[in-house]
Amino acid sequence: MSKLKDILSPFTAWNNLARDPVTIKDPINDRPGAARYRGFHQNDIEKCIGCGACESICETGAIRMVEVDEVETKEGDSGLRPEVDYGRCCFCALCVDICSTGSLTLSNEYIWVDEDPEAFTFVPGIDKKPWDNNQDGWKKPEPDYELNIKERVRMPEMQAEERENSFVEIVKGYSREQAIAEADRCIDCGLCQATCPAHMDIPDYIRAVREENLKEGFRIMYKTNPLPEVCGRICTHKCEDVCAMGHRGDPIAIRWLKRYIADSVDENEYQEALQQENPKDKDKSIAIVGAGPTGLSAAYYLALMGYSVKMFEAQPRAGGMMRYGIPEYRLPYNALDQDIDYILSLGVDIQYNTRVGKDITLDALHEKYDSVLVGTGLHAGKSTRIPGTDHEHVYQAVDLLREFSKGNEIPISEKIVIIGGGNVAMDITRTLARLQNQKYGQVNITTTSLETEDVMPADQEEIDEAREEKVNLKPGWGPQKIEIENNKIKGLHVQRCLSVFDENGRFNPQFDESQTDFFEGDMLIEAIGQGMDISYLSKSIRDGLDFTQRGRLVVNDYFQSKQEWLFIGGDIIQGPDVIHGIANGHKAARGIDMYLRGDLRYE
Amino acid sequence: MTMKKKNDILSRLFGKEHRPQENKHNQPADADSGKSSDAGKGGGTGSVPGSDSGASGEAHYSDHNHNIAPDHTEDKYPRNGKDGKPEVDLSSGKYTKVWQGPNHPGVTGNMSLELTICGDEIVDAKTHVGYLHRGFEKLFERRLYMQVMPTCLRMCVPESDTNEYVFSEAVEELSGIEAPEKAKWLRMLVLEMSRLQMLLRVVPGQGGAFGLGIGVQWGMYVRELILDLFEELTGGRIYHMYMLPGGVRGDLPEGFRERAIKTMDEVYRFAQRIDDVMFNNSVFKKRATGTGYIDPSWVDRFGIVGPNARAAGYNRDVRKDHPYLLYDQLEWEVPVLEKSDVYTRARIRWMDMQVTADLIKQILNKIPEKGSFKAPTPNALNWRIPRGETYVKAEASRGEFGYYVVSDGSAYPRRITLRGPSYTHAIALLEKMLIRTNIADVGAIMVSLQTCPPEIER
Repeated sequence: MSKLKDILSPFTAWNNLARDPVTIKDPINDRPGAARYRGFHQNDIEKCIGCGACESICETGAIRMVEVDEVETKEGDSGLRPEVDYGRCCFCALCVDICSTGSLTLSNEYIWVDEDPEAFTFVPGIDKKPWDNNQDGWKKPEPDYELNIKERVRMPEMQAEERENSFVEIVKGYSREQAIAEADRCIDCGLCQATCPAHMDIPDYIRAVREENLKEGFRIMYKTNPLPEVCGRICTHKCEDVCAMGHRGDPIAIRWLKRYIADSVDENEYQEALQQENPKDKDKSIAIVGAGPTGLSAAYYLALMGYSVKMFEAQPRAGGMMRYGIPEYRLPYNALDQDIDYILSLGVDIQYNTRVGKDITLDALHEKYDSVLVGTGLHAGKSTRIPGTDHEHVYQAVDLLREFSKGNEIPISEKIVIIGGGNVAMDITRTLARLQNQKYGQVNITTTSLETEDVMPADQEEIDEAREEKVNLKPGWGPQKIEIENNKIKGLHVQRCLSVFDENGRFNPQFDESQTDFFEGDMLIEAIGQGMDISYLSKSIRDGLDFTQRGRLVVNDYFQSKQEWLFIGGDIIQGPDVIHGIANGHKAARGIDMYLRGDLRYE
Repeated sequence: MTMKKKNDILSRLFGKEHRPQENKHNQPADADSGKSSDAGKGGGTGSVPGSDSGASGEAHYSDHNHNIAPDHTEDKYPRNGKDGKPEVDLSSGKYTKVWQGPNHPGVTGNMSLELTICGDEIVDAKTHVGYLHRGFEKLFERRLYMQVMPTCLRMCVPESDTNEYVFSEAVEELSGIEAPEKAKWLRMLVLEMSRLQMLLRVVPGQGGAFGLGIGVQWGMYVRELILDLFEELTGGRIYHMYMLPGGVRGDLPEGFRERAIKTMDEVYRFAQRIDDVMFNNSVFKKRATGTGYIDPSWVDRFGIVGPNARAAGYNRDVRKDHPYLLYDQLEWEVPVLEKSDVYTRARIRWMDMQVTADLIKQILNKIPEKGSFKAPTPNALNWRIPRGETYVKAEASRGEFGYYVVSDGSAYPRRITLRGPSYTHAIALLEKMLIRTNIADVGAIMVSLQTCPPEIER
């Protein structure tokens, strides 16, 4: 069956004798990996934030987050860096693809000889390697390649025209699907938890959203924050500022997820959801001055620890700045009441309309109670003290907001000028815009601040929403003088502000006198910050306290003052914001407990 | 496509060798094979599987009569017992038991054959697996879906991309995501490149199994060129980890198209050379022709797929029968031959190799320049796949290769199981084929079935 051809044809292989060899003579030097080759790891240590997404995705367990001497833990950086074990690594590069900052890459280097087997476990970027500056190798493919969703789930909100004369809450809240989709984006790095002043267990309550175990999420929140309805709406969300997802996309909407959990539990379900035992025998009693976030938070934890708590509040309702500073469209009173009512339901006694220092002295409280916590906040508006501020139609934002919240009539004119670039300025601006709309059918408000828009302390969303509500924002101008004619305010003279702070970070605004403007208005409101009123501290008490050179009160880590029975927290110590107040209250409560057990001294 | 055009494609590649398309076996796999098969083809005198006398499950053991059975006297072979298996009386002194494998150059991986021989002829064969169990399928149950990707492709080392594809496609199907068009083209490109590099090993490997080593080196060289292309495109040479749920991990590098097309010329050249030294080699022909016959009637009974079925006259290819990705936009025809022995199966693969090179060229010219290569997918760390189950299959170089994926709605798969062609080719079919063959041909028969033990033990 074999043909002659079948015998001869195999000999054509001899043709190869005349061909050049195809082998590479020196493969180590002549054969670099391809430009996209997945070789050895590189890590840009400055860019890396130690979020650990690489460790989480690594299916062989080759990556471990370790502490390294070269990196310090700070806000937004866990201080950990990935250590790679090449006994396990399969070079899939999913770690690179999921890296939240893009710091982790692979070089195209693939030859590494070492006698020591331990050498192959190393921390890229820290342990210097010859391929550290290799530009080739696997980088996360751009632009539309992601292993996560970069954009956050948009929060449904009232449109500008719907809200411009209404005090109904603007933000509508996530639906179940929206909340789960947003919770899914979380990579569980915990940077948020480290940064949150109250150290709320954010990754865990986000997981609870994902797993639809909302009551568990609610319990997790109450461990560190008894005002979740409030924080879910108006928290300054330091957590979101450091969110790992924020490096290449939108940070997780942590605040909205908190709100979603808090809203999911009905007022009458709190007891069932939290399953807290309220100790009956309360042999020691504590007085709390001021029913704001600090006081309420401390009252909650102290009540659960078995202390009898009595609160003294100058205003007719509890909540402090949360009620009297923040407009209803941001924080509706029913949400606030829900949180407060639960705290009061634990047996916390509260005496309204009682101003300590006037209606009752602090010394009296000291005598009657085992310990006193003061959280009186910053309710005294500061003035620019420019010529004209003594006019009767120059108001303080906090005063107007307080009066309006109490249901009292506040003055509204047709043309208003507001000075301030923070959230309080935005609050008064937007409140008055609504009232102008209701009264005059149009908005005529000019809000000016020293800071330009990029450095304005107000939240960007506040700024954007104020614009949508037709407010005339004028950032970057310094107020010089109020123009008054026939005892009537005509407007505000301003100069271009070049810088607000000097090199040392001190407030020292510089102006360009050649650039001026004039903002017309017949009423002027200052919202440039608030100061504390601690006149209730009698001389004897005050003499026993420590103050810094700049007049700030000094307390220890547990907010205990030098007068050891007296604890001071909240905006007058830290902040100013709600979450610091809550965190201070929690810590002060623990401090008071330790103090009363004899375990805490002021040092 | 018109019949003329079909035949044009194949005749351009293979001249008159290609079998005409009017194929009597060209029918769905679930058809009753017993009735459709050509019972007389075996040329023997005994029963044929699927015919009336052999309808019981064990019947294939009584069938020792096909056209390659050597001359023998009835006494030489043990008689079948009630269970249809040969009853070997080892005390008779006529028979010897030998083990081939698990480590042996004549097996295709870690599995073992328990052979009962009489002289150098096999009278009974049992296949043993269990040497390679890595527990992949169980591991998957403890992995996030995205983490399954770098593991699943290790279930079949030499042709890992099919794993990547079927897994990604299954996840996409369950979660209602569709990969963008460009990703589909790139997936096809990688799948075909993967098939090609595999065939570049197996085609000359058939010669290697008979001691003809020379083509193997040539094949390996061309395969390295393909691996270079893989390295450029995917960042890896063997484990590409290129496809993942949602799409692929990179676009074509600059100049890739031209380089790849040029490399295909090497493939055609290699095909010509292997044709000269292997297929037109009197020794190879003598050893391979008639050896390892698969009766076409066994095809459906044993679930024979891929080139093994196509060499037995069955026009069976998932890419044509159940087109996936964009295979229906390519012009090509499935090679089918009839003689169903080792030589024919090697030849089918040789034809496949060139068809594949042709497909790669077509794909390269059709990959769109613009467009995304990955659809947005949720956070890989929390990706929960909706409850459901699916079976996704693709044509690997060995035939239909599929994953059955069950999701319980969590972020971890409830069950992933692989069904590879070797599951029957290397166990039941091999046991049957080895009887009455020469012990020297065992290795060649395994290679001709392209058995892959890793896909038996997952």
